Amino acid sequence: MPALEMTDVRKTYRSGDSEVVALDHASLTLGDDEILALVGPSGSGKTTLLSIAGGLLTPTEGSVVVGGEEISALDAKRLTRFRRERVGFVFQAVNLVPFLTARENLLVVAELGRRDGRAARRRADALLDELGLSDRAGSLPAQLSGGERQRVAIGRALMNEPALVLVDEPTSALDTKLGEQVMELITSEVKSRSTAAIIVTHDTRMTHYADRTIEITDGVLVA
Amino acid sequence: MRIAARELLRRPGRFAIAGSALTLLVILLLLLGGLLDGLYLGSTGLYRQQESELVTYSATSRDSLLRSRIDADLRAVVDATDGVAATHGVGIALAGYRIEGEEGMGDAAVIGYEGAISGVPAPPPPGEAYADRRLAAAGVSLGDTLLLGPERVPLTVVGWVDDVAYLLQGGLLVEPDTWRRVLASARPDAALAPGAFQVLAVATDGDPAAVAAAIDAATGGATSTLTVDAAIAALPGVTEQATTFTQIITVTFVVAGLVVALFFAFVTVERTALYGVLKAIGASSGQIFAGLVLQALVVTAGAVVLGGLLTLGVAQIVPPGIPLLLEPARAGFVAAGMLVTAVAGGSVTLRRVIRIDPASAIG
Ligand SMILES: Nc1ncnc2c1ncn2[C@@H]1O[C@H](COP(=O)(O)OP(=O)(O)O)[C@@H](O)[C@H]1O
Ligand SMILES: [Mg+2]
Repeated sequence: MPALEMTDVRKTYRSGDSEVVALDHASLTLGDDEILALVGPSGSGKTTLLSIAGGLLTPTEGSVVVGGEEISALDAKRLTRFRRERVGFVFQAVNLVPFLTARENLLVVAELGRRDGRAARRRADALLDELGLSDRAGSLPAQLSGGERQRVAIGRALMNEPALVLVDEPTSALDTKLGEQVMELITSEVKSRSTAAIIVTHDTRMTHYADRTIEITDGVLVA
Repeated sequence: MRIAARELLRRPGRFAIAGSALTLLVILLLLLGGLLDGLYLGSTGLYRQQESELVTYSATSRDSLLRSRIDADLRAVVDATDGVAATHGVGIALAGYRIEGEEGMGDAAVIGYEGAISGVPAPPPPGEAYADRRLAAAGVSLGDTLLLGPERVPLTVVGWVDDVAYLLQGGLLVEPDTWRRVLASARPDAALAPGAFQVLAVATDGDPAAVAAAIDAATGGATSTLTVDAAIAALPGVTEQATTFTQIITVTFVVAGLVVALFFAFVTVERTALYGVLKAIGASSGQIFAGLVLQALVVTAGAVVLGGLLTLGVAQIVPPGIPLLLEPARAGFVAAGMLVTAVAGGSVTLRRVIRIDPASAIG
């Protein structure tokens, strides 16, 4: 079963009197362990596509099937649950909870799903270990470097064992070397779990980490 | 919820301003309530301790004890009324006293009685008095002789009793003739003949309301008989005080609710981005809202505890003339009222929390 199947998805925003077409008849199929790089200039619709795939936005038209579940018509409550259980996000701005430690930022996900138990704690510790953060587990985000924060965010995205990981410009705030390390970490973590991922970037040097690259311009996908 | 609890523990400073404002409001509520209770209990002790159900006044007194007069003939009519089990004459003389051989002086309510006052023994011999414990705070000691009124009628304090004040004057309970002597000294114009009282406390063995009506019918309208509760409400100032204080207390609760509402509305605005991220990773509006209400409750509970302790401190330095009385029931009322206020105030964030868009986390 494909991890994601988008068919003829259209998304328009109203801005004042005019209508902005952010995504136009986008169709995309993502294999269940495929890593896709989505590249395109700023404003081309990358974030919009990611948001729709992850149930943060509902499309204006078209169908979105994630792991066999049609999500384009779900109400807010079901979408919340869908996001909590099925997808992992790594946001462009890292957005950790500032008053929680690295480990607690991972456990937030489990607490929201009311599955915080010993298993969740073990999983958090294992992830922190894999991400090279074992000795930073008790640090607050303000005590971590930019790269470390990004790694915590990756750990948080993987906490709920998602079938689909969605990553928005993970390297934009980092220098090239750090950016490559983070990219490598994301792809190896995703690969080792046989999970599907879409990684948005505007940096074409990063695309070799992906199985496939799709370009997007003005809301239109170009294979 | 757990995130909210951790924020309280890790960032208590964030909540300090709201907590301080709420603490001050708790102190205000406890002091206002304490004054109301002090005024009420200090004004009504003699009435509340009556073991009888009814109080009979003379009709012309318009239900004022000090104006009322019931002579022996009228009392005989009341005694003979169906449903009257017993009557006990009561009279009061408000008089100044001096402590013999000492500097101290003050005011007291000299109460002539025949019995049936809860917690008070049968009347002492002439010239002796059981004193309300609040007179101890004014410097009266057991064995002191108090000289009452212009004629300096001597009364020796032979025991203490609790909660028998009248209009904030500590009671000196005496047998009826002693009271009449003090009354004649303090208010010569109001002196009463032997056997006469100001009011009768009436014990019934039937429906009190029906007996009250029967008494007033039997005396041909010469009496006005009230239940003890109605007699308390008819005391000068008691109802007005209660209404005024209750209004101020209500307004204070409203202010406390506004403090909570404004503070947590501000917190929500400040946390919009964070809540957007939490929603994006699967938090429901309900979970975020529950966290905010939990924080409002904890901050308010902290304010109740701190405010309560500070009020106990304030009570130590309040001058004895101020009728402040801190009752556990009042503290319970303030605590419960504040927690309800916290939930109500915290609930104004609900609409804002619901409107936070999870897509804002990524956009
Ligand atoms: N909330 C919004 N309201 C109106 N227009 C929006 C909104 N979000 C995005 N857009 C517009 O949609 C287009 C695609 O935006 P986006 O998906 O963020 O592009 P990218 O992530 O590739 O930079 C842009 O023209 C942008 O201005
Ligand atoms: Mg973008």
